[in-house]
Amino acid sequence: MSKQNHAIVKWIVNIGFIIFALIALFPIISLVISSFMPSSELMRNGISFNITMEKLQLDNYTYIFSQAPEYWAWYGNSLIISVVTIVLSLFFSSMVGYALALYNFKGRNFFFILVLFILMVPFEILMLPLFQLMINTQLVDTYFAVILPMVVAPVAVFFFRQYALGLPKELMDAARIDGTTEYGIFFKIMLPLMGPSLAAMAILQGLSSWNNFLWPLLVLRSNDMFTLPIGLATLLTPYGNNYDVLIAGSVMTIIPIIILFIFFQRYFVSGLTVGGVKG
Amino acid sequence: MASSSASDQSQLQLETEEYRSPLSPNKDPKYKKNKRGPNKFFKLLNSKKVVPYVFISPFIITFLILTLYPAIQGIIMSFQSVLPGQVSFIGLENYSRITNGTFYKALTNTTIYVVLTVIILTVIPILLAVFLDSKLIKMKTFLRASFFIPALTSTIVGGMIFRLMFGEQDTAVANQILNFLGMDAVNWRFNAISGMFLMVLLASWRWIGVNMLYFLAALQNVPSELYEAAKIDGASKVQQFWYVTLPQLKPIVIFVMTITIINGFRMFEESFVFWEAGSPGNIGLTVVGYIYQQGIQQNDMGFGAAVGVILMLIIFVVSIINLLVTGAFKRGDE
Repeated sequence: MSKQNHAIVKWIVNIGFIIFALIALFPIISLVISSFMPSSELMRNGISFNITMEKLQLDNYTYIFSQAPEYWAWYGNSLIISVVTIVLSLFFSSMVGYALALYNFKGRNFFFILVLFILMVPFEILMLPLFQLMINTQLVDTYFAVILPMVVAPVAVFFFRQYALGLPKELMDAARIDGTTEYGIFFKIMLPLMGPSLAAMAILQGLSSWNNFLWPLLVLRSNDMFTLPIGLATLLTPYGNNYDVLIAGSVMTIIPIIILFIFFQRYFVSGLTVGGVKG
Repeated sequence: MASSSASDQSQLQLETEEYRSPLSPNKDPKYKKNKRGPNKFFKLLNSKKVVPYVFISPFIITFLILTLYPAIQGIIMSFQSVLPGQVSFIGLENYSRITNGTFYKALTNTTIYVVLTVIILTVIPILLAVFLDSKLIKMKTFLRASFFIPALTSTIVGGMIFRLMFGEQDTAVANQILNFLGMDAVNWRFNAISGMFLMVLLASWRWIGVNMLYFLAALQNVPSELYEAAKIDGASKVQQFWYVTLPQLKPIVIFVMTITIINGFRMFEESFVFWEAGSPGNIGLTVVGYIYQQGIQQNDMGFGAAVGVILMLIIFVVSIINLLVTGAFKRGDE
């Protein structure tokens, strides 16, 4: 292939990628722009290319900040539930995945297959009996009920296990000779090496908790306990007179996740440059 | 000499009598006991035999309470008629009722959705990741962020945007584009093919970036010597991708495919956000949607549980086939 041809290919690929990226971003951009449109306009036209600049205003935001206390209650609930879920599920799931990958013990394969099996059990079929359990233990309408099913995430266990398989076992033996306890080996030596996988799972767990819909819909009963997706969904159903809160609220739903992403993206980059993680 | 042999003997005696080996007969046995107790406990707790079980104990506990118990309860419920305050066993009646057109419709929709999302959400992210990992592409940080940002939205928010973009009005973005291309406006949410298109599009839009990140992370771990060796052997870029990159990505490909299949069968929200309670002609009905409709809306929990059991069997069989075909059960240390 000639050098000129190569340059042309490079241009085409780069332009193609930029177009693809803009398509991916388009819905978010149009959401943000639409949040400055009168909600009645949005009702009538949907999201449209016809934007009259004069009609852009802040009404949706002034309304949500001054007259929608329930929105902020949902917001707080979502924040608390997501943070607790990330911390607990990363802690427990990494422990389990690590042990399944790097220890030889009786039942190791059994437990791994069990993890795979649970991964295949849709939460939706356990949902009804679990809901009954929550009623019997009087946990309905508490944060605890929402968080509990997520503290050991089989997805994360599976991922950590696959990841830990690539960790250098020699480091463990070396640390044992130095007299480090097995727990010290995990927390001080191996867990830091799992950094990239922890960051990836923090994003995944945070997202699935923040976006979790069906289970919170069942166990959260009162409006002031709702999480953001449940709350926003209640605005979708009644006859469209809440589009102001819906659209401005949606924009503000995305912000903490972007903060989380930026925070963990840095961790991604530094984590990936840590040595000794060859798979 | 004589004294040492005497102490040897006493040691032996002590060992046989008290089942422990004292370090020196001069020391206070009480002190030793105190010191030995916790030592032994910590030693046991730190032994390679016990440690893995301590590590996996959170899994065992949550498995028993949050999976095994509700699973058994769910199976029992599937043989029951569950009415408030009145639960009775009705044998296989729930299961015999499943063979109806609505369920088949839901199953067909779900299967189509799974096949489409597995293909789209594996192939496109790998290609994106490989290009973003190569020297060919500029502005990598911007592109990577752009592909990932849709994943930051919830299905509810994303779905709401898509509803407004794919509205039935001529003024909504999607129909404006069709009109611009000289085509007729489409009633997106009201016919089968475009309805499926919307659900697959929403899921793909949200998940391509996430899967791309998995592949990008995995690509960092591919030893560069492998590419150098392939180059020396005269392999083209495509050959390098096929014979070096793909085999190295295999564990993560298996991971992504497994998750996508399971999430596909669990799909509910993508349908709910477009049609809420019910779609015209059930074009958006999924198996989980059917469980929700029957178990919660119609309050027929026993029947809902029976559909759930069938769904579980389907997912189980499909996933096992996937793992066997891709060879995921081979251990990493082999």
